[in-house]
Amino acid sequence: MTRFVLSRLISAIPTLFLVSLAVFTLIRLIPGDPVSLMLGDNVDDAAYAAMSHELGLDRPIAVQFLMWLKGAFQGDLGRSITTGEAVLPLVLQRFAITAQLVLVAVGLATVLAVPLGMLAAWRQNSAFDLGVVVGATALMSIPTFWMGLMLLLFFGLNLGWLPVLGYVSPFEDFGAGALYLVMPVAALVLHECGILVRMSRASTLDVLRLDYVTHARAKGLTEGQVLRRHVFRNAFGPTWTLLGLILGNLLGGVAVVETVFTIPGLGRLIVESIYGRDYPVLQGCLLFVAVTYVVVNLIVDLCYPLFDPRVKTT
Amino acid sequence: MNLGRTNKYLGGLLIAFFLFSALLGWLWTPYDPLALDLRARLQAPGAAHWLGTDEYGRDVLSRLMAAARTSVTISALTVSFAVAFGIVLGALSGYARGWIDRVVMLLTDTLLAFPSILLALALLSILGANIWGVILALGLAYMPTVTRVVRGAVMSLREQEFIEASRLMGHPAGYTLRAHVIPNCLAPVIVIATSMFGSVLLTESALSFLGLGVPPPAPTWGNMLAGARPYMSQASWLGIFPGLCIALTLLGINLFGDYVRDRFDPRMKGL
Repeated sequence: MTRFVLSRLISAIPTLFLVSLAVFTLIRLIPGDPVSLMLGDNVDDAAYAAMSHELGLDRPIAVQFLMWLKGAFQGDLGRSITTGEAVLPLVLQRFAITAQLVLVAVGLATVLAVPLGMLAAWRQNSAFDLGVVVGATALMSIPTFWMGLMLLLFFGLNLGWLPVLGYVSPFEDFGAGALYLVMPVAALVLHECGILVRMSRASTLDVLRLDYVTHARAKGLTEGQVLRRHVFRNAFGPTWTLLGLILGNLLGGVAVVETVFTIPGLGRLIVESIYGRDYPVLQGCLLFVAVTYVVVNLIVDLCYPLFDPRVKTT
Repeated sequence: MNLGRTNKYLGGLLIAFFLFSALLGWLWTPYDPLALDLRARLQAPGAAHWLGTDEYGRDVLSRLMAAARTSVTISALTVSFAVAFGIVLGALSGYARGWIDRVVMLLTDTLLAFPSILLALALLSILGANIWGVILALGLAYMPTVTRVVRGAVMSLREQEFIEASRLMGHPAGYTLRAHVIPNCLAPVIVIATSMFGSVLLTESALSFLGLGVPPPAPTWGNMLAGARPYMSQASWLGIFPGLCIALTLLGINLFGDYVRDRFDPRMKGL
């Protein structure tokens, strides 16, 4: 077990290095030069040279990369060109908001979707199964941002039940914060539920065909026991992997939902930094999301043996 | 009820409907999708404008048709790009092994370490927000998936006797790849290409919605939705119809994708 954890941890190091190299290169490839962006077009050569030197842009590219990497290790991702704020605290503050939204939504979606998919598979080809499959495929086809707009139109504008725009931190005012989160979370949950139900159903069907399930039934276990003890643990694997991918994808993809409901999350920050050509912020966000994505998938991998003991031996 | 046939026919019908609208939108639209008519601002759906007009008096139906064309073009070219380069890279890397394999896989895994929409966003800021930039950015973001799948298929294929026979007959590697290896790994590629179509369409709409896709005034379903946000309370049709188009097209692609998967990947049948 220790060896498994260690080898997975070590194998993540080159990926993380390459990811940071890719982020660094991507930002360098963006047309336009950061110094003229910061100082404007008509600057004299001395000021230009001074700024280049301050930013380290007059050194060789490899040295620049190592300096940036060293800074990143020390928690220094530079400062925003537009506001002068330090990038890391900004990213973390926005991430806290996005994380709330994403974790609540993915948690709820899992709790709803996994049992639903299992039940549908258990009663394959029944009217219930058909309903679940059709519903899930339909939900999966509705983009989150349109779902968000429609919820907003119906529950916010027409019925007036829920606040339409904005964000209140649930840590400051739980009631109001939760109220503001209802619609964005619902938009995400409905879409992700569609995907998760289908995955859970498909992998349950795969497991239900196996001989050991027949054996468990032949032993005289009740259907509930068979499903809980024998089917669930083996069928959950693929869904668990998918959860890791969904979590990571939402870190970037939630920008659209944040736009619909004007939530100041990480996704918005990325979009704003692209609009504002604020490259240190964009670079910081990209690095942060990519590293988080790798780490989340690593954690998913490491948790795998907890419910699938076969993984331990490999 | 037979889900497989429903998938095929309903999915096919929805796709055909939007393909037809896109084609028709190319040749003819009821109004000019870009023509402003400030006297006819924000008109509700009616006899003159079937699906209403937007804040500049532009006809929504015409814009939806023009947008269908843009979306179909972008998705088709993106998927073709990702599939073509993915097959070449995957086949090379799986067949040649050695350092080529290591380099290609290193690049692929690095790209796969980014969520695809984020990668597309980052690439777009380099390539610029125009139709070719969007296609290239999305293509590069989706290519690694194809590369991985093809490489996996090729690695198991290259050990089989008929490939060895082709090698022993003295065929050059390029011929063996073209004539024997690639045709035999197309089934999984067709399956992922179908679902990729939907995913690309969704990402393209999301980028447009964020204002980072094809720039206005050219209509896309995503930027029409973004434009509708300030007018949701007075002109809800502006927010309803473009989203409905995205959702129905995606539904068509997802249903048809299930059919294609059952057809080409018999192991998954009935799942």
